[in-house]
This record gives sequence, C-alpha cells and structure tokens, in this order.
Amino acid sequence: MNRQIIKLFAFIVALFAVLVGFTSYWSVWDAKALKEQDVNKRPLFEAQQVHRGRILAADGTVIALSKPKGHGANLQYVRHYPEGALFGHPIGYSFMEYGDSEFEQFHNAELVGEESEFSTILDELTGRNREGNDIVTNLDTEAQRVALADLEEAGFGAVVAIEPSSGAIKVMASNKPYDPNRIPEEIGRLNQNDVETPLVNRATQGQRPPGSTFKVVTAAAGLESGVITPETTINAPGSIVDEGIPLDNDFTKDWGEISLDTALTNSVNTWFGQLGQKVGQNQLFETMEKFGFGSIPPIDLPSNQVEPSGVFSEGELLHRNDPVDLARLAIGQERLLATPLQMAMVSSAIANHGKLMKPQIWNRVVDPDGRTVKHLDPSQYSQPVSAKTAAELTTAMEGVVNEGTGTNAAIPGVPVAGKTGTAETPGNKACGGGENENQAWFMGFAPADEPKIAVVATVECTEEFGGDIAAPIFRDVAETILNGE
Amino acid sequence: MRSSARNRELAALIPVALLLTAGFTAVFAQEGSRLGNASVIYGAYFFALCIVTHIYLRIRLPNADPYLFPLMALLTAIGLVMVYRIDENLARDQANWFVLGLVLFALTIQLLRDYEVLERYRYTIAAVGILLLLAPRLPGIGQQVNGAYLGVKIGPIAFQPAEFSKICIVVFLASYLREHREVLIVGARRVLGVTLPPLKHFGPMLVVWGASMFMLVFIRDLGSSLMFFAAFLALLYVATGRFSFVVIGMAMFIVGAWFFATTVPHVHDRIEVWLHPYNDPQNTGYQILNSIFAQADGGLFGKGFGQGMITTPGGSTLLPAAQTDTIYSLIVNELGLFGACGLIATYLLVTARGFKVALLANDGFSKLLATGLTAVFAIQAFVIIGGVTRVIPLTGVTLPFVSYGGSSIVANFVLLALLLLVSDRARREAQEPAGRDLALGVTT
Repeated sequence: MNRQIIKLFAFIVALFAVLVGFTSYWSVWDAKALKEQDVNKRPLFEAQQVHRGRILAADGTVIALSKPKGHGANLQYVRHYPEGALFGHPIGYSFMEYGDSEFEQFHNAELVGEESEFSTILDELTGRNREGNDIVTNLDTEAQRVALADLEEAGFGAVVAIEPSSGAIKVMASNKPYDPNRIPEEIGRLNQNDVETPLVNRATQGQRPPGSTFKVVTAAAGLESGVITPETTINAPGSIVDEGIPLDNDFTKDWGEISLDTALTNSVNTWFGQLGQKVGQNQLFETMEKFGFGSIPPIDLPSNQVEPSGVFSEGELLHRNDPVDLARLAIGQERLLATPLQMAMVSSAIANHGKLMKPQIWNRVVDPDGRTVKHLDPSQYSQPVSAKTAAELTTAMEGVVNEGTGTNAAIPGVPVAGKTGTAETPGNKACGGGENENQAWFMGFAPADEPKIAVVATVECTEEFGGDIAAPIFRDVAETILNGE
Repeated sequence: MRSSARNRELAALIPVALLLTAGFTAVFAQEGSRLGNASVIYGAYFFALCIVTHIYLRIRLPNADPYLFPLMALLTAIGLVMVYRIDENLARDQANWFVLGLVLFALTIQLLRDYEVLERYRYTIAAVGILLLLAPRLPGIGQQVNGAYLGVKIGPIAFQPAEFSKICIVVFLASYLREHREVLIVGARRVLGVTLPPLKHFGPMLVVWGASMFMLVFIRDLGSSLMFFAAFLALLYVATGRFSFVVIGMAMFIVGAWFFATTVPHVHDRIEVWLHPYNDPQNTGYQILNSIFAQADGGLFGKGFGQGMITTPGGSTLLPAAQTDTIYSLIVNELGLFGACGLIATYLLVTARGFKVALLANDGFSKLLATGLTAVFAIQAFVIIGGVTRVIPLTGVTLPFVSYGGSSIVANFVLLALLLLVSDRARREAQEPAGRDLALGVTT
C-alpha cells in the first residue's frame, strides 16, 4: 500500500499547489483589476485610512487637515477645516460618505499621495503608512476674510482676486458661504437651499449678466482690430435704435462726439453700442474667446464645478455665427452671462500687458518630509490684446476710477484702473422677484502702472449700482492685498 | 532515540510559543491602547499547556512522531491570534476549546492505547457516524445555518456533528477495507476495459456514495459531502491500488452532484454563485467576492496583523464569517501571499508527517487509519481554502485548528491523538527488535 500512499501524497501536494496558484492569482496577478471592480468597496474605505495632506493658505494658515479617529483596522482620518466657512469656497470638502468637491476633489491624487507606483510598493515593503502631500495655495487669508466680510454685508455675490503676472488666485469668496465642517450633518439641507445656494461657488458657477464691465471687452476688440484708436471719436446721442428697440444712455444724455476715455469713464451706452456694430460679431467673439469666454476657465477646480461664460440661449452657448443683438451685447446686455472668475480673467489679462495667465489656486505641493515636490509654473492661456492695447485700455479704466463711475474704488496713493457694471435683473427669483434688483459689478486692478492684483467684485439682488456697492469691496480687497505685499 | 524524538518535539514547541507571543504583541500594538505584558502572559499560558501535553506524550507515547503535535500547536496558535484579532471574546472561547481539545486528546490516548479495539466496534462506530450526520435534521436539536443543516444543540451545548462523524467514518472505512481489500482486488472484473469491483463487495461503496448524496440533499452540506467522499476514494485507492475504482467513484459523485445541483435549489445556488459571483454582488455573491477582494488587498506581504478590514468604517460586515469560513482570506489579507503559503506549507507538513506514520505502520488497519485520518484532514483544508479562493464552490467547512469553532478543534485533537497512537506503535516496532515485550512500563 506504500506506493499508493506516496501517490496519494503527491496528489494532495498537487491540490495544495492549486490553492497556492489561485491565492497568487487573486492576491497578486489579478489584484489590480479586482481593486478596480465597482462592487469592491475596499479601496474607498482604505482611502479613508490614508493621512490626507493639509491645505494651507499662502501665509501658512491651515485651511484643511485630517485628524485620526480610532485605532488599528478601525483607524480613519476625518477632515477638519479650522477656518470654517472662510475657505468653504473654493476649497470644498472631502468626507468619505459625502464625497468631495472643488479644490479637495481636483487635487485628490496629490493630497492622498498617489505620486508614483514605485513609492507605493516601497511603502508596502517598509510597512510605512501611505501619507498624503500638503498643498500650499496662493490664497491670501486676510484678503479672503475682508472679501467675505464685505460680501456678507453687501449681499449675495462673489469676489475673485488674481495676481496678473502669474495667474495666482489670491481671493475667491462666495456669499452665501457654508462651513465644510458641517457637511456631514447638513449636506442635505444645504443642497436643498435653492435661494441662497450655499454649496454653489458663485465665483466660478454664478453666471450673471456682466453689465457695463463688458464694455472693456468691446473696447479691447475695437482697439485690437484697429476699428478705433484712443483718439477716434464716435457721436453718442442720448438714444439710438437697435434692432427696432431704443438703446438709451443714463438719463438719455447726449454726449456728442467723444473718444474712448470719455465713453468708458462715463459708461456711455450709445457709444459702445455703435462700437460693437462697427467691430462686428466675428471680431467681438474672437476677442471674447481669447479672454476665455465660451470655454471652461483653465482653473484647478473640477470642470463640472466651473461654468463657462458667453451668450446663452436656453442654456446653450451661442457661437459667432448665431444671430445676436450686437449693440446690446457690446454693452453687456443681450443674453450674455459671465462668471466673476471670467471677468477677473479679463481684468488680469489687461493688467498683465495683454497676456492672460491660467488662473490657479495651488502654489506648491510639499511631501510629508517637507520637500517641495511640485511648484506652480505660471503658464499663459492666451494673449487677447497687445501690450499697446492693454496700455490704452488701462488709461481709459484709470479715468473711470479717477473721475467716472468708479471713484469709490480709489485707493489713496495708488493708481487704480477699473470699470463699474450694473445689470438690471428685475424679477430675479433668487432675489425674491423684486423689480429694482441689480447685479452690481466692479472689475479692476492696482496699481494701474505696475499691476499687482486684479480683482472682481459682484453683488446680486441689490438696488445699488456697481460703483456704490461693488467698488468699495474692490478697494478693500485690493488694498489688503497690496498692504500685505 | 525515543528521548531524542521527544526532545525534538520540545524544541519545536518553543518557536511556536514565541510565534504566538509575537502574534499577540502585533495585535496589541495595532490596537495601540494596551501594550502591556498580556501577550507574554498569553504566550506563557500557551507554552505551559503545550509543555504539559508534551510531558504527557513523553510518558504515554514516547515514540510517537515528534512533529505532528508542534505543527498542530502552530496551527492552533495562528488560529488563536487571528480569532483574537477579530474578537477577543471569541478567542477566549477558542482558548477554552483548545484546553478541552487537549483533555480529549489525552483521554483518547489513555483509553485507546490498544486502538485495534476500534475494529471490533466498527459497525457501531459507523452507525454512530451516520447518526451524527443525521442529527442536524432531527427535530428539536437540529439547527440550520445559511441553508445547511450543520449544527446540533442539546441544552446549552451546540456542536457540529460532521466534525466528529468524519473520524467515525474513517475508522469504519479503514477497518472495513482492511478486511475486504483482498477480495476487492482479486474479485475485480474487467468489463469493457474498465476494472469493476466485485458486486458483492460493491455494496458498502454504494452505501458511502449514498451517504454522501444524502448529505448533499438532506444536510445540504456540500463541503462535508465532498470531504467525506474524497477521503473514501483516497482510502479505497490506497487499499486496493485500483485507480479505476477512484475514477468510477468520482464519476458517480459527479453524476450525483450534477443531478442534485439541478434539482436541489440550495446546492444549485452554491454552484451558481461559484460560477457567476458578479451576477448578484450585493447578495449571494457578496461573501465570495469580498473574500477575493480581501485577498487582492493582501498582495505579497499583506497589510500586517490587525490591519485588515473586516467591517466597514460604518460597522457593517465587509468580510462575512471572517472567523470561520473566510479566515483564510483574512490571513491572505493581513499576512499576504507569503503568509498564506506558510499556512498551506504547514498543512502540507502535517499531511507529510501523517502519511509518514501510515508508511511506517506495520498492519493494514493502522496504515489505512493513518492514511484516512491524514487524508480527511488535508482534504478538509483544501475544501475550505479552495472554497474561499474560488477553486471549488464555497462551503461552510472549517479550516482545521485555525477557524473559530469548538467542534472542529476538539475533533481534530482526537484525530491527532489517533494519529499519534498509530505512530507510537509503528515507530516503536520499527526501532526495537521484534518479540520484546514493550507493552507497558515506560516511565521516565
């Protein structure tokens, strides 16, 4: 019987070899595919066990950090936001059960430390827990605080501040804000709040009529195409008829033959309406697109949480061949909608001698050992206008602040360039349907001769004008940033 | 020679106790809160129990195989640490059963010193074995778990009779085949090129086949059914040397299993889940899929003791039945492919030592008994590991000595006792001149 016993043993060895084979297959060869299975929830739970990196403001203020909870296999990290609602936008939140949003979502890979396959394997060998990287942003804590405080006083709206030379976003505030720490308890309620929409980042998603701030784009198209020079005059009567409907100046004031500086300083509708018609739809759309209209802005936020700007018909973007009312578009009316981020990009490009830099919130990625592994390398998105055109626009915009509609934006001792905007939004449901509601804007940069910061402030549901309610916000924010330099 | 064998056993027990201590230390370190000397105390208790057992073996079975007990102790240590890591209350039960198992181990050795006595009662033992199998279906004491009738509960005591039944059946088969192997070989006829066993002696085979099918249908225990029948075929092959018998037996089992798989919903479902686990991933496929996902997470080196995830952070079950059915998946998860290979190698070493006992044994009954006990042990390990790695359909068989479960631990210690009894005699007869009286009187 001994021969049979040995053969039986050989058979059992073979059976066990099959077990080793299958175990190897599941645990090593097929492991990657198994981890990607939708029904496999382990990777999701494990992500919770990774020490997610911190998010910091430019001055080192901790915006988000993860704190451990539990031990061993039950260990998990929970996100905390020490500054509460201050950076709710644009940082967003990250909670396992409720998902993530905005900056937290966009930079997830860096925050959980998914840098390279090799280091992951090395960590596994050394038994070291995976640790995420910190990200230092460009955000200016003080200016963000000022912006949000001003907005909370003025009404719903947004402020965006960009460093023109780098595209670095220094401020992105949205009112109504929310406290990301409260997401686990309140996400349902916050989501259902259709009027205040606290989870919507108005700076990137708030598509609003830009009003007269858009005249800067029209002027840029006119100068850039050679249709006008700063000296060119156009007769601006109190009222013109466009597409059969009168287009009036404020108080139907007749300005006579005036040039760009006077027209922009006093925001003369009939002047810009005619300029738009002279420039033509093709040229105007081309300039708009170079400024970023018609596309999702190239910012480091998830593209589904950033809206494009442009002329919309039933939610669809119109193109240069679609019929539009050109004169009304030229003064920022028609069906034109723009986000505060888009208008900040316009302002930033003019401030940066015509070059539009990609707006970015992050500045650098720092690994757990304190080494900077990646640094923001400013890159140009486009050049909407020449340096010469930019200088001419700057001069005109300085007039707005010095003696025009935007005098409230003036900062003592600092030359400021800007443009006001007030779009009438009667019957806006979000504002409660009042008849005298405006969307008030101010867009500009400072110092005008050597721009350090481009800022856009907008307030919705207000009965005041851009120069009265938005310009002071611009001033406070720009001043805070310039003082901090 | 004799003392050297026991000395090797003693030497082998030391690393086992250290491993248990290290394992507990690792789990404590993971849990963070209690890093005291508890792991050393547990290790010392464990070592003390092993030493007492060892001394008992020194007195009673001085010639027995020196590696089997330390290997089983190693498996028990792995089991205790893993179960502790899952739930410390379960580990306390497991430790108690370990002690009870050792007591029954000692009793078996004490009472069955002349284990041939088993041959005399073989039909009684077979009847007890079958009765044990039937018990879970008996009203009042039977229990149904996950659609299978595996448990019996009499008063406060609950146990899984199949664990004990397997020993009874092996004893019976070893005895029966010892007596009938000659006629089975000689009486075999060739029909159409296939060697068939003589009809007269074919009966008992049909009985065992019938019992397996019966288990499949009435106990709904696919795993035990497979295990029993495989052990039977292994014994039949070793006893007769006729491979054709094995082929016929396998064909019968497959035909029977296929028939019941298509007619009995419970069996059908098990096979369906095995073939297509992704059809219903949240329900029927949940256990096998998460068993495999847990292994995928283990990789080569595993996540470390206590690092694996058994429940979701929300508290619901992620790896169902981690302490019993899927304990192997948890081991792959935490100790990786290398740890799992170590475990499989341990089972293989037990199997090798068991068959070595069978090889050394001088009489047919001892040979077949050792072969049968070893085979049923190895096949049980294969059935459950194969189940959680999707080699075969997943069933509720325990992983011997490692899974949580009193019946399994106690029954396997009885199995070990029988193996050591056979081993002691075989090695004694092998090393000492025949004819000397060695019946008794070995004292230290």
